[in-house]
Amino acid sequence: MSSPDLPLVAPQTAHPAPTAGSHHGTGKNQRVKRLSGFDRIAVILMVAIPTLIVVGLIWLPAISSVFLSFTNWNGIGSLADVKIIGVENYTNVFTNYPPFKPAIEHNLIWLVVMFVVATPLGILFAVLIDKDLKGSRFYQTALYLPVVLSLALVGFIWQLMYSRDQGLINAVLGTQVDFYGDPKWNLWAALFATCWKQVGYVMLLYLAGLKGVDASLKEAAQMDGANQVQTFFRIVFPVMRPINIIVLVITVIESLRAFDLVWVINQGRNGLELIATLVTANIVGEASRIGFGSALATIMLLISLVFISIYLAVVMREEER
Amino acid sequence: MNRPTTEAEYLAGLVPASAGRHGFSRRSMLRGSLLAAGVPALLAACGGNDTAGGGGGGGGGDVTLGSNFSDAVPVKAMNAMVADAQTKQGIKVKLNTVDHTTFQNNINNYLQGSPDDVFAWFAGYRMQFFAAQGLASDLTDVWSTIGANYTDAFKKASTGEDGKQYFVPTTYGPWAVFYRKSLWAEKGYTAPETLDEMVTLSKKMQTDGLVPLAFADKEGWPAMGTFDQLNMRINGYQFHVDLMAGKEAWTDQKVKTVFDTWKGLLPYHQTDSLGRTWQEAATGVVNKTSGMMVIGSFIGQQFEDADQDDIDFFNFPEVDSNIGADAVEAPIDGFMMSKRPRNEAGAKKLLEYFGSPDDGVVQTTNDPSGIAANTKSDQGHYTELQKKCAQFVASAKSISQFMDRDTRPDFASTVMIPELQKFISDPSDIDGLCTEIENQKKSIFTS
Repeated sequence: MSSPDLPLVAPQTAHPAPTAGSHHGTGKNQRVKRLSGFDRIAVILMVAIPTLIVVGLIWLPAISSVFLSFTNWNGIGSLADVKIIGVENYTNVFTNYPPFKPAIEHNLIWLVVMFVVATPLGILFAVLIDKDLKGSRFYQTALYLPVVLSLALVGFIWQLMYSRDQGLINAVLGTQVDFYGDPKWNLWAALFATCWKQVGYVMLLYLAGLKGVDASLKEAAQMDGANQVQTFFRIVFPVMRPINIIVLVITVIESLRAFDLVWVINQGRNGLELIATLVTANIVGEASRIGFGSALATIMLLISLVFISIYLAVVMREEER
Repeated sequence: MNRPTTEAEYLAGLVPASAGRHGFSRRSMLRGSLLAAGVPALLAACGGNDTAGGGGGGGGGDVTLGSNFSDAVPVKAMNAMVADAQTKQGIKVKLNTVDHTTFQNNINNYLQGSPDDVFAWFAGYRMQFFAAQGLASDLTDVWSTIGANYTDAFKKASTGEDGKQYFVPTTYGPWAVFYRKSLWAEKGYTAPETLDEMVTLSKKMQTDGLVPLAFADKEGWPAMGTFDQLNMRINGYQFHVDLMAGKEAWTDQKVKTVFDTWKGLLPYHQTDSLGRTWQEAATGVVNKTSGMMVIGSFIGQQFEDADQDDIDFFNFPEVDSNIGADAVEAPIDGFMMSKRPRNEAGAKKLLEYFGSPDDGVVQTTNDPSGIAANTKSDQGHYTELQKKCAQFVASAKSISQFMDRDTRPDFASTVMIPELQKFISDPSDIDGLCTEIENQKKSIFTS
């Protein structure tokens, strides 16, 4: 299919090559040459400063964590006298650290619940609110409200609901369930509280995306006899691809770095172990098992890398197309 | 929707309107530059102590004092102590109060950075650890002044592995079984002397509709108290010390007996303890729904002023008559000097004050949950409870600190807290539990 507006010539001959020294030339080389000294400094600074920040704040700490994971450093004294102990920290993590296995399981459960419950629910709410139902502003605000609260605060709020002796849920139901203390319940209680927040976040992202979808697309689909569900899944959802990817990435990131809420509840112990809380419990605080904690952090980094690679692969394939 | 004509327009279309609005507004730029300006200020603040006491030069500046006493009552006590020290010792003290948990969590960085001249800390292994790392100063000459004020037990608790003193004790609070006098009088209970009597009493309390032993372990450390009590009653003080120092094996039958005995007592403990804080459990004692509680004397902070005289306690009962019940757990709080104090002369003067009888009086008047470590401190102002606590500890043959003060901090927090919680939620597999603890202990103590 050729566009009728364009002359039928090869692209390189469509625009005549500019003559040397011409001030009207739009060739790429010339534009670069015309950068003044000041521009060049500006460009260098714009590249150098972010690079320094990224290297200094992200790469150096990450690489030193990996290095420290092979040592027994306790956080005291200079790095010169750390002892390198090989993979001992890793063997200890896998064979001699009972909280590690549950932590991996809980992170996976977290990811699945976020993916299967929180995200679809957020999308559903976004679609419903996008329909401009009566009072949709109210619903939107109510659902979005938890998002502005920090997860630490969310933990405290739900403590009031969940508390065994003084909580609302037990008072209303007349039960005595120990939501935060009983390992049978506390993971799900924490997940419920997280979803409460995450749903609003996903909803907002999706709502913003939905507002940008061309209404004529939906009309056309309806003219062709598609029902609401079909319109959404066949037309709206595919059109929203950029937002879908953002939501997916956010879901994965939020699940991997799940930490605050659980830390507030019981510092990630007794049924609420997560990798991030184990890292913190070992590194921060009086314990100072920096080497061991770094090994845990490195494992977390590797797991994250899997998801990051998948994401990058998808994005790059997209760009190649 | 119009077709975008340029790439920029297309990209702009992808950004949700709500996000785009904030793009590069003047306000966010302003915020950014404020942040940029704030960072150096923040950095400067961290090292602020360098300049804070600089005015006086050689030894004449303020003495800086880092305090983790951040709750209302202890803050009141600290302020009174500082005021008294300034007038009595002729020094100027700058008090830096940091939240209790934050202080403990940052202690490593704090001591390696630019710490205050004098800082609040705990006696026992936790003190020895930092002394051995060279992060605290030798206080032997301060002890030559204040030494006569303390018993040998306190001197021992202030001494590092190298035989020098690094710590000035101020107050302590014993652990025991606390209860309300009025409730016990009403029901006609008497304090048990042996574990069997305690079980009988617990059963009676249950038939009376009470929770016999109020119990909480959400924070992870309160259960350590019960373990310590049982361990010292079953295996004695020395075994406690050796076990905590990593010299005894956790797989030893002696340790298993402790867990076994505890398992037998668990039916009388308040259930669902892992979701409850010690304050919530103490509320049960205050409200007379729980009969008693194994806890430190700081439980007094949970009682109204009017009820202070209604608090009583008894020593954790004897389990084995060969071992007896003369070992008491009484964690000691006090102060240490950082490795290179800016005002060493002033810091030592301040520490001498902390080791003086006056300090004990000021501190225990303002915060009646503690007892003065100083034997020469006047006890005339003590409440009934304080008097009894002081007598109780004085009659003890040996004084332990507490599990997390008598052993390595990394072992206590990353191994013992999760394992004790595991035991409480499922006490069936004691052998497996002890093996897990021992394996982790080996890897930590040999690292």
